Amino acid sequence: MLQYFLKRLLSLGLSLVAASVVIFLALEVVPGDPASYMLGLNAQEDTLAALRQELGLGGSLFERYATWAGGLLVGDFGTSYTYRTPVAGMIADRLWVSLPLALYALVLSTLIAFPAGIWAASRRGSHADGAVMGVTQLGIAIPNFWFAMLMVLVFAINLRWFSAGGFPGWDAGFFVALKALTLPAIALALPQASILTRVMRSSLLDTLGEDFIRTARAKGLSKGQALWRHAVRNALIPVLTILGLQFSFLLAGAIIIENVFFLPGLGRLVFQSISARDLIVVESVVMLLVFAVIVVNFTVDMAYAWVDPRLRRRR
Amino acid sequence: MSRSETGLLSIQDLSLSIHGLPILKNVSMDVAPGRILGVIGESGSGKSITAFSVLQLLPGGASCTGSITLSGKDILSLSEAELCGLRGRDVGMVFQEPMTALNPLKTIGDQVAETILIHERVSKAEAMVRAADALRRAELPQERFPLSRYPHELSGGQRQRVVIAMAIALRPKLLIADEPTTALDVTTQAQILDLLKRLVAEGGMGLVLISHDLAVVADLADDLVIMRQGEVVESGPAKALFGNLQHPYSRALLEASAHVPERRQEVLDLPLLQVREVVRDYTGHTHGWWGKTTQFRAVDGVSFEIRKGESLGLVGESGCGKSTLTRAILGLEEVQGGEILFDGLPVFTHHHANQIVRRRMQVVFQDPYGSFNPRWKVDRLITEPFHLLANPPKGAERDRAIAEALESVGLSAADAQKYIHEFSGGQRQRIAIARALIIKPDLIILDEAVSALDVSVRAQVLDLLADLAGRFGLTYLFISHDLSVVRSITDRVLVMKSGKIVEEGPTNTVFDRPSHPYTQQLVAAAPVLPAGIA
Repeated sequence: MLQYFLKRLLSLGLSLVAASVVIFLALEVVPGDPASYMLGLNAQEDTLAALRQELGLGGSLFERYATWAGGLLVGDFGTSYTYRTPVAGMIADRLWVSLPLALYALVLSTLIAFPAGIWAASRRGSHADGAVMGVTQLGIAIPNFWFAMLMVLVFAINLRWFSAGGFPGWDAGFFVALKALTLPAIALALPQASILTRVMRSSLLDTLGEDFIRTARAKGLSKGQALWRHAVRNALIPVLTILGLQFSFLLAGAIIIENVFFLPGLGRLVFQSISARDLIVVESVVMLLVFAVIVVNFTVDMAYAWVDPRLRRRR
Repeated sequence: MSRSETGLLSIQDLSLSIHGLPILKNVSMDVAPGRILGVIGESGSGKSITAFSVLQLLPGGASCTGSITLSGKDILSLSEAELCGLRGRDVGMVFQEPMTALNPLKTIGDQVAETILIHERVSKAEAMVRAADALRRAELPQERFPLSRYPHELSGGQRQRVVIAMAIALRPKLLIADEPTTALDVTTQAQILDLLKRLVAEGGMGLVLISHDLAVVADLADDLVIMRQGEVVESGPAKALFGNLQHPYSRALLEASAHVPERRQEVLDLPLLQVREVVRDYTGHTHGWWGKTTQFRAVDGVSFEIRKGESLGLVGESGCGKSTLTRAILGLEEVQGGEILFDGLPVFTHHHANQIVRRRMQVVFQDPYGSFNPRWKVDRLITEPFHLLANPPKGAERDRAIAEALESVGLSAADAQKYIHEFSGGQRQRIAIARALIIKPDLIILDEAVSALDVSVRAQVLDLLADLAGRFGLTYLFISHDLSVVRSITDRVLVMKSGKIVEEGPTNTVFDRPSHPYTQQLVAAAPVLPAGIA
């Protein structure tokens, strides 16, 4: 088990290094010079050179990578070209919106999908199963920004239960902030929960057809007991995989929902930075997202081992 | 069969249909305490569904009429909750596939203890103590097989013992074993059958032993029921019944089990395949992080020859290296030592299979279902080996080759336009043989080619193979774990164990007077039909 953990950890480290190189190189080859973009068309050549030096755009490719990557390690993400403030602080502010939002959506999606998937699988072919399949089909088909606007119309404008957008900040109080994130989280969770429900259902149906379920029934377990004691945990592996993918997506892919609800999240930050050629911010946010994805994958790998003893085997 | 008053299980006139489709028709059988009832039948005979109806673990849409009485209780009138109380406590069940019958995520201790915990109000600790006892009775002592083991850490035979321990943990009155040894090697099979027999003798438990293999049941059963297509064709005390089978189907089944095809094949004194000192190593897992990789030697210095027109048997248990050797002969893998010559030419040259030799060898595998693409028609399936030829036949010539191959295995040319699902298991294996024959090879490797077939179909396929050998001058390498089949169709036999050939000689000599201890063990373990009737 320890060896499995260490091996995964090593692969995590290597993935991070590889990702940082790719991201750095990708943005190096992007056309457009941030210095000339900032100073406008009539800038003097020596002013440009001075600014380049200040922004850390001088020096060889390797030197620039070393400075950037070294900075990342100690939490120094550099200075934004446009705002002239440390990138680390900008990202931290946005992360305090995006991360809770993603977690909130993930929890909602899991809370809906697990019971719904198990319920549908245990009543395969019934009306209940048909209803779950129908609703999830709809949940996947509806674009989440449209659903988000619909919720704003109903719950914010007509019923006035929630505000239509914006984020008061966590200083305003935990529940006030959480309330502001509720509609966006529901909008994000809807398609994810639909997908997860279907994965849970089909994975469980596969497991229920296994020989060991028959063995359990022959021991005297009722259908429900066999389901809970033997099938659910065996069905989790594919569900965990999807869950890991969804979290990564929720963290980075919330940009449309952030725009609908005027949330100052990471998605909006990336969008604004790209339009302003603020490459250092783009680079840092992308690196952060990659880091999140890799850490989530690592967590999912650990969860596999927790679920399945065959992966814990020492070899 | 006599209906005793002290009967344990009594099935009377049981008929069963699933969604209106009749599956069982008026099935009757009785089991008394301490006795073993053998239920014999081929696939589709309804023997397993009869067993499942005793536990009422039936597929959706099934409905039963007639009566099933267990110790005076009418099973068919019990509620689902009452049935749950009965399953595992009064009736234990053992299944065919030990590899998949256990939950891979739970320890064997937990799984055996669950039988106890579900039926009795005892502490987890006490249940574990009793689970250890049940495992001990199934010959998995705790000292060597701790309760904390997971199923994947055990072999097939050991897993089957865990399943048996689960079934007998509460000392049920009746044990139902559905093909309990079909997936196991002969020596393991003999041990598991001994164990079942002992458990019956010790506890006064009744046993229903379901099998397709007459010899397995004949060794063990006190009473017999022979089933076909959902009906009982014959039943009675085993000894009396075997000596005096009345129903034509029973007699045909018995004859098929002991069938020896008639072979008229001239063996030339010319070597066709020469295997010399062949070694095949696999690289195993690394130990530790930067540790050395271990080498696993699957084939260890194997040498033998097959002469033209000969039929050579290769027997051995799973993991002995049979399949690895087969792949090496076919030139699919490079060997680490020695050489393999086919008609004097190497089968493997420059890291590739030698195409000149390759087209003169074909192989037929065990699984007639898995080795065909279901979306292709038969003509495309059986002409697959044509890619080995430099100038494959086209047009009318191709059609003629297809028709000839199909007709030689007893099918018709019109079958070329059908899909594989339209054929039965035996017909599919004929198609597999036609696929091997179509490029007119010299050597056919039959890798467990008849192992998945019912006995009557197996007898027909063996006859076909014997006939084809005579007609086309074929040479066979017949690989099987089934000694009786190997005995019936081979001239010489090799016995393989742990990558080595431990014994070699004329088939009858090896089986009648085995000299190596392992061969003796194999021959002793193989179930045989009672003397005088085979």
